[in-house]
Amino acid sequence: MSLSVRGKAAVVGVGETTYYKRGDSPDPEFVLVLKAILAACADAGISPTEIDGYSSYSNDRNLPSRLHTALGAKELRFSNMQWGSGGGGAAASVGNAAAAIAAGYADCVVAFRGLAQGQFGRFGAGRGGGTISGEHALGVPYGLMSPAQMYAMRVTRLFHEHNISPDTLRAVALASYHHAQQNPRAIMYQHPLDADTYDDSRWIVEPFRLYDCCLENDGAAAVVLVSAQRARELSNRPAYLLSAQQSGPFRSGASSHNVPDYATSSFKTGAPRLFAQAGVTPEDVNVVQSYENFTGGVVMSLIEHGFCDYANANEVITFDNLVSPFGRLPLNTSGGNLAECYMHGLGLVVEAVRQVRGDSSNQVPNVNVSFVNAGPMVEVASAAIFGSEAVL
Amino acid sequence: MNALPPGLPTPVPSVDGLDANYWQGTRRRELWLQRCQSCKTWQWGPEWVCHMCHSFEVGWEQVKPFGRIYSWERVWHPVHPILAPACPYVILLVEIPDADGVRVLGNLIGEATQSFAIGDEVEAVFEDHDDVAIPFTLVQWKQVERRAT
Repeated sequence: MSLSVRGKAAVVGVGETTYYKRGDSPDPEFVLVLKAILAACADAGISPTEIDGYSSYSNDRNLPSRLHTALGAKELRFSNMQWGSGGGGAAASVGNAAAAIAAGYADCVVAFRGLAQGQFGRFGAGRGGGTISGEHALGVPYGLMSPAQMYAMRVTRLFHEHNISPDTLRAVALASYHHAQQNPRAIMYQHPLDADTYDDSRWIVEPFRLYDCCLENDGAAAVVLVSAQRARELSNRPAYLLSAQQSGPFRSGASSHNVPDYATSSFKTGAPRLFAQAGVTPEDVNVVQSYENFTGGVVMSLIEHGFCDYANANEVITFDNLVSPFGRLPLNTSGGNLAECYMHGLGLVVEAVRQVRGDSSNQVPNVNVSFVNAGPMVEVASAAIFGSEAVL
Repeated sequence: MNALPPGLPTPVPSVDGLDANYWQGTRRRELWLQRCQSCKTWQWGPEWVCHMCHSFEVGWEQVKPFGRIYSWERVWHPVHPILAPACPYVILLVEIPDADGVRVLGNLIGEATQSFAIGDEVEAVFEDHDDVAIPFTLVQWKQVERRAT
């Protein structure tokens, strides 16, 4: 396949700040991003002044021109934004970085995301007073204002159409918390969750309980990509990008919840291209990082990427199957957005890379194909597959 | 009595006029939705162009204020302090058979724990908010009473 990024670029460095509860960062958001980028460069063994491209998503506030200037980098050749859709662009930001390298637009591109919710406002809070217009005027006056409230009805509809059990949501939550107990970076490290505690937890909005909802955090994460040739010089185990796809189904942005295919993670259109470009099948994937804004979105994602189907989802999506190292489908092995940190999905990209490198805190044995997605149920979601040298 | 307490952001028509017919219609206790005058496709929320035939003559038609529950959620956690005394409350996503199944949101009137299910028929209730700078009317929903058989 000639029109492909497959194997042309690789992640050679990952960087994360300390992860904080929302509002607790001692640093401004821009400083968090700088720290994550510097950490990723140190991990890669390259100078930050070599970075000549930036890729982010969700209208990140930290402009490439400012980062480039602050870092004293030699030249800025590529800056790229995946608009909107919450964290749905996390995997796309890596795909766009690799595309820039494959096209010759830049040599060393960092994909990054920073959040300081104390500085800029909390995701999960509504607002009172004032006026509202446009699409939000069709929802906010009904008390429909938070992300959990925006996506709960999709999951209710999923249960209705496909007889999916709410037990699948619990399995996803328990797997994330289980993995976080081995990950000292995780916000929920040393905060285990058992089934009874999950079952007794309060409703946020049915069908989501407290533990079905992602955390809200401050922090930053970054990954550095270079060409495959350069990657081999820098690392003995680069995480090659095999494929990346954005996925926005027919009328996915229709307001007032009018996307025609409603009970979807938005991956039905992108998933077939993702696997075709990577040259692998879902059966070849050794480990899965699936973005948990809410557990129900993970269930949809796993089905729509072919890791299970509607008929057997209740049998496949169980705690035993989802845990590393020996589950059939190890899921969210850092603790993910539920229990490591809600780094708007870039933390899941970092973990997907770690699994290829072999340095995850919940390492799955012999990982050659590592999957990550972002933003289920949003207007434009994205996914990526990383691979080791062995699968190129 | 309104479905939710006062103090939430109040809806105003878009300054670009895209949804003016909807909000003017609810003030008259009527439900008006977009329908392409060229190819007759219904669409909601409002767009400037018909997604099917790309005509800009999208137009508006009044529809019967009845629908079926397409999905729902019961909110327990108040994301703003104003909502605390109202929790739990129910938000419905209602498909409008009269408009080819396009969907309209709203609260379910009455007890949050009342029995209902996807597919149940509901009827619009027009909830006036007259005590604000720009008065508006919300479309809310109540269950259609089942006749004894």
